[in-house]
Amino acid sequence: MKALLIGECREGKLLEHSYELFGFASRLGADTAMLLVGNESALPAYGGTLYLADSGKYGEYNPDLHKRLVLAAVEREKPDYVVFMHTSYGWDLAPRVAAGLKAAQLSEVVALVEGGFELPCCSQKMRRKVKPTGAVSVLTLQGGAFPVEKPGGTPQLRQIDAEGAGREEFLGYEPPAPKGVDLAKAEVIVSAGRGIGKAENIPLIVALAKALGGEVGASRPVVDGGWIEHGHQVGTTGQTVSPKLYVACGISGAIQHLAGMKKSGFIVAINKDKEAPIGEVADVLVVADVMQFVPALTAKLAK
Amino acid sequence: MKILVCIKQVPDMESRFRPDSTGVWFSDTDLAFRVNEYDEYAIEQAVRLKEQLGGEPELTVLSMGPDRVVEALKKALSMGCDRGVHVQDGSSHLKDPWQVASVISAYARGEGFDLIFTGLQSLDRGSAQVGVIVSELLDYACATTVVGFEYADGVATVRRELEGGVKGIVQLRMPALVTCQLGLNQPRYPTLPNIMKAKKKEIRAIPVAELLHEEPRALAEAFYPPPKKGTGVVLEGDVADQVDKLIGILKDKTAVLR
Repeated sequence: MKALLIGECREGKLLEHSYELFGFASRLGADTAMLLVGNESALPAYGGTLYLADSGKYGEYNPDLHKRLVLAAVEREKPDYVVFMHTSYGWDLAPRVAAGLKAAQLSEVVALVEGGFELPCCSQKMRRKVKPTGAVSVLTLQGGAFPVEKPGGTPQLRQIDAEGAGREEFLGYEPPAPKGVDLAKAEVIVSAGRGIGKAENIPLIVALAKALGGEVGASRPVVDGGWIEHGHQVGTTGQTVSPKLYVACGISGAIQHLAGMKKSGFIVAINKDKEAPIGEVADVLVVADVMQFVPALTAKLAK
Repeated sequence: MKILVCIKQVPDMESRFRPDSTGVWFSDTDLAFRVNEYDEYAIEQAVRLKEQLGGEPELTVLSMGPDRVVEALKKALSMGCDRGVHVQDGSSHLKDPWQVASVISAYARGEGFDLIFTGLQSLDRGSAQVGVIVSELLDYACATTVVGFEYADGVATVRRELEGGVKGIVQLRMPALVTCQLGLNQPRYPTLPNIMKAKKKEIRAIPVAELLHEEPRALAEAFYPPPKKGTGVVLEGDVADQVDKLIGILKDKTAVLR
C-alpha cells in the first residue's frame, strides 16, 4: 500500500503540520512518497522520495498548477491514497485532485476504523464510517487527529513539472490584523460564544471576567456578528491561548475553537447542550442556560 | 450577468442526532431545519453584487433535497434571489459529494452562469468538496474560504482566509465559483414585504433522475456518536447549587480562586 503525501509551504517555510501526514501513514502501514511545492532550503526531515516543485515557478497558491503537479506525481507513484491536511490549502486543492482522478475524497479523517475511515459530521457531534471505492482515493486529515512524526533523513529529490497557466491569480498575502488584546499572557480567560444570544449580553461576560481577574475572549460567531472586536477571537484564525483557567460561555466547540484553547490548564464550559463538543475538552461542564448561570456565578464571586 | 447560488438545508446543530433506518445518516424526525449558515453568506454576497450592478444580474438559487428544502429556497428568494430551482431528491443525504456536484453541474452546464456562490461547507456533512468539484466539472476558476469579495469588470478580487489570521488575495476572471466562509458579510433578515414578494417568485422543480448520471465514489457505512473522551465533571440541576459546586471545584483544582 502506498500513500502520496502532499506537504505544505507558506512564505518559503515548510508548515509543521505537514509532519502529521507521516504519523497518519505509519498508522495506515503505508509506504510513502511526498510532493511539495516549495524550495530546497526548506526540505522536510524525511529520507523517502520527494517530488519537489519550485514555488518560485509554481507559486504557493496556484491550485490549477498544483493540481497538475499532484496528478503528475500520482501518475508516477500509482498510490492507493493521496493525502492532504484539512487546511485552507488542503480543502481547496484536494477536491480538484479528486475530480481530476474521478476518485473518492474523504474529508477531515479523524481515525482509521475497520475497513474504512472515520469522519466527523454534524459540527463534530457525530461520526461516520466511510469507505472509498476505486483504485486511488483522496483524503484530508483533521489537524491534530494523527501524531506529528519526523521520519528523519534527507529526501531523494525528484523533479516534477506542470504545463500551462492557472485560472486563479494569486496577488499576495495580507498579514493578520493587530491583536488588540494579548490573550496569550492572560491567566484567566472568559469567552463568549453564540449561546449568549445577543451583543447586549457581552457586559455580563465582561463582568465575570473582571470578577475572576481575567480577560475576555470570544468564539468566531460572536466576532463575525460584530458583538466584539476580532482581537478577542480565540481559535485557528484568532489567538491560541493556554491560560490557567478558561471559561467557555455558550460555546459549542467548533474544531477551530478547540484547537485554540484545548491546552488551557483548567476548562469550564457552560452550555445548555450536554452533547456539545466542548464537553470533550472541559474539566467541568455546567449544563445550564448561560445567561442565568453567568450572572449568578459573578454575583456569588463578588460576595 | 447570470449568477447561481447553491444552498443546502441542514438541521439545527443543537439537536440530538440519532441514526435513521439506513444506519448511515441521521433520522430527520423532530429536527428543525434551516438554511446552512455558510450558504446565508453566499446568498447575501450574491444579492449585494446584484445591488452593486444596479439590479441587472439574474440570481438563481438552487437546492437539492426533499420537499422541505422549498422553505430554504423561499428564504433565499425573500433575501433577494430572483428564482429558485428545486432538485427533487428524497435521498440526497445518501449521495456522496461527487454525485451532488455532478447533479449541480449537470443543471448549470447549459445555463451559462457567470458566477456561482456556495458555502465553504455544510454544517451537517462538512466535506467542503461540492463547490470545488462543481468548478472543476464546469471548468470555472474557483477560490475557497472567501472572507472578502469585490467585483469589477468581469474580475472578482477575493480574500481567502488562511490559518493564523493571514489572508490570501486572489483574482478570478469570470466564469468563476467562490465558496463563502463565515463572516464574509452580515446576512440580512428578510423584511415582511420581501417575504410577500418572494411568494410570487418561480420555483422550478427538477427530478434528480434527470440530472444524476454518476455512481457514488465513497460508501457510507455507519453513523454514531464519537467515543467519549471527556473525563470532566458534569454539573446539572439547580443554578444556585451549580454555582456553589463550581466555586468549590475552582478553589480545589485551580490557583485562580482563593
